[in-house]
Amino acid sequence: MKKVFIDPSKCTGCKSCEIACAVEHSMSKDIYKAIFEEPRPPRFNSVLKFDGFTASLRCNHCEDAPCVAVCPTSAIYRDKETNLVVYNSAKCIGCWQCAMACPFGAIYPDLERKVARKCDGCNDRVKSGRIPACVEACPTNALIYTDAVTLEQFKRISTISSLSKSTKTYMEVI
Amino acid sequence: MADILKDKERVWENKSNDFGLLPSSNVELLKKQAKEVKTTSLQRLALQEPQCGFGELGVCCRMCYMGPCRIDIFDGGPKVGVCGATADTIVARNLLRETVGGAAAHTEHAMDIAEVLKEVAEGKISTYTIKDPEKLKKVAENLGIKTDGRDIKEIAKEVAEVSLEDFKRLEKEPAVWIKAYTPKSSYEQLEKLGVIPHNVWRPIMNAMHRTSMGNDADPVNIMLADLQMGLIDGLGLTMATELSDVLFGTPKPIKSKANLAVIDPDYVNIAVHGHNPLLSEKVVEWAEKLNDKAKSLGAKGINIVGVCCTGNEVLMRHGVPLAANEFQAELAIVTGALDAMVVDYQCVWPILSDVASCYHTKLITTMPFVKIPGAIHIEYSPEKADEVAQKVIETALEAYKQREPSRVFVPDSAEEIIAGFSVEALIEVLKKVNPEDPLKPLIDNIVNGNIFGVVAIVGCPNPKTRRLAFTERMIKGLIKNNVLVIVTGCIAHIAGQSGFLNPNKVDSFEVGDGLKQVLKALGNVAGLNSLPVAIHMGSCVDNSRIGVLLKALSEKLGLKVSDLPVVASAPELISEKAISIGTWALALGVTVHVCPPPRVLGGPKVTEILTKDLKTLTGGEAYVESDPELAIKGILDRIKQKRIALNLPVPEMVHI
Repeated sequence: MKKVFIDPSKCTGCKSCEIACAVEHSMSKDIYKAIFEEPRPPRFNSVLKFDGFTASLRCNHCEDAPCVAVCPTSAIYRDKETNLVVYNSAKCIGCWQCAMACPFGAIYPDLERKVARKCDGCNDRVKSGRIPACVEACPTNALIYTDAVTLEQFKRISTISSLSKSTKTYMEVI
Repeated sequence: MADILKDKERVWENKSNDFGLLPSSNVELLKKQAKEVKTTSLQRLALQEPQCGFGELGVCCRMCYMGPCRIDIFDGGPKVGVCGATADTIVARNLLRETVGGAAAHTEHAMDIAEVLKEVAEGKISTYTIKDPEKLKKVAENLGIKTDGRDIKEIAKEVAEVSLEDFKRLEKEPAVWIKAYTPKSSYEQLEKLGVIPHNVWRPIMNAMHRTSMGNDADPVNIMLADLQMGLIDGLGLTMATELSDVLFGTPKPIKSKANLAVIDPDYVNIAVHGHNPLLSEKVVEWAEKLNDKAKSLGAKGINIVGVCCTGNEVLMRHGVPLAANEFQAELAIVTGALDAMVVDYQCVWPILSDVASCYHTKLITTMPFVKIPGAIHIEYSPEKADEVAQKVIETALEAYKQREPSRVFVPDSAEEIIAGFSVEALIEVLKKVNPEDPLKPLIDNIVNGNIFGVVAIVGCPNPKTRRLAFTERMIKGLIKNNVLVIVTGCIAHIAGQSGFLNPNKVDSFEVGDGLKQVLKALGNVAGLNSLPVAIHMGSCVDNSRIGVLLKALSEKLGLKVSDLPVVASAPELISEKAISIGTWALALGVTVHVCPPPRVLGGPKVTEILTKDLKTLTGGEAYVESDPELAIKGILDRIKQKRIALNLPVPEMVHI
């Protein structure tokens, strides 16, 4: 399953992902029109900073998602096609079990309409072959759209290449 | 290696290769550029998209080091900056600074010309002369300077001194150029608002001061300063045009060609790019003098082609063909047949240097404050103008020897155009219909509905809107509805390339019957088949010509500018200069359509001022619309409202 991964070392905290998320979840999908929409378009990611560590956080679409497991009405469920954790507001009863179960705080309670909302992984975009809006908006590639296997493979290769360089230097010094 | 950015790169690639409705000549060259230079404007835009939403909406404030601060335009985030500035304060301050950028550019352009005029009048330089003494007298009269029995040089000296005094006047008297050239009713209204400036420099100083940290926080007050800055921009435009006419001649209708195809591989091709005619005029003059040198190299001669607005300046006065607008400037180099591109200032993209480095083309900068790494710098000053022009041409001749014929590709699509419609030239045409009252035929045709209204389409060619063919679609929709279209600046390049400036192509477009009748009648008296469907009035500073026409019409009819069925549109704006020109038009009372949206929409109060409140203050209205067809409808509706208010017949609209 492809999802959004974060490389905090590249995040400048520009919040472009936050805006892209709100625009994507607006009715018009156009920033110049979205700002005039009522209700205001929601967003499901947050850029947070802690001790010099900046990152854009959102639902991790866990493989074994506690929110899906606890939802009593199956309002939160897994899309069979994309494997993303999505939701159906019509079924939500606002019990906030999902909010309690989520270890990341990825549930955004909509208190006006009394339903839980969360990142849908841009399910519709992904189905039409596009990448999530936040990833497209990220100017530094701090947000990466890939699957866990590829990401880890990439990290292994980049680590080994940097190690081999340092080993060579080490050998030369000796 | 596993590529974790694969999906994102695919997005970039798809966007870079989306040519949309761009004409095939552009697409061919963009593909050539992607292959040979590895970068195109569309590609660079794709890498920037989606662009910063805070920036697009104007709610990012970088005025101090407690920031940068951003206002959350959606719910949940901060509503004020560290200092407490609201979205409206931030948006208004940013807009004023943008307007300052544009006004500074236009007024410096004007000042450069005024200084040359002074030196010519004093006999200090011999590189330039006064080519149009009649225009000089007219300008002098407008400014309240006596002309009877006085020597031309004496008049010129006083005109130049009065002009230069407008930059630095210490007395609290209104700037002479603004008083002389602003339509009376608009001037009275602006005087009531207390925004008539007494010089150019102080309000620019004040605007930078008041927008810095911890000063003006009242969006309404800042917007008044913005209106004032608009007037200063208008002063720059007017002075630049009028004094250029004095030095280089007032344009008359002139035939030429447009599109990249005017670059002729048989010639030594030199592009003039930038804005001020001081340089391009000299290049044109020396190209003629040194033509034989090119022949001795085996070329057929020297071919000067125009890029951007200095291209329009030499087109209007000498019929120099228009090669490329601002967006296409790189493509002119990519043809491989351009030997040199000489630039002065404004709208000169630094990428030109990289592009030129992939070909034999020499990029030549000339202004002490416009240098580009990688370009050759030949410094211009008025007294050295001849020397500089010669050097430019010699550099091009030298480069011509290095040209690689195998890499030359020039698309085959030059379009015939007619340009040179200064107000004087238009009046000259109208005089042939009614010698006593030349404006009457124009007014009569507007009144009887043959001409539904007048729309001035001005501004830049933005890569964001180019692939939508925004301008072309707007012109098509408007002429169908009997709207008389006036074009200037890079929009005139677009109009020319699409045939809208070709007097022989009027029948190939769907033109409203009334408008067609007027164009043919006026064309016939001017000795043509017809006037073209769009009237080319000059470069971007020549928007002042539209201002002069508005003044004449409003004062003759005793109407406010905002009452006239006239709308301006900048459908593809790029530059801060477009913002300041738009602000000037709003100050005069003109309805102004803009796209892409100006960076104010994050501030609800500022948005309201520009789109609603301004109507009661100056009569102007900013109208933002990013869809060409809806923009046509919106513009037609606004003209219709003005016609109804004037009790003029309102014919059925065709729309698009």
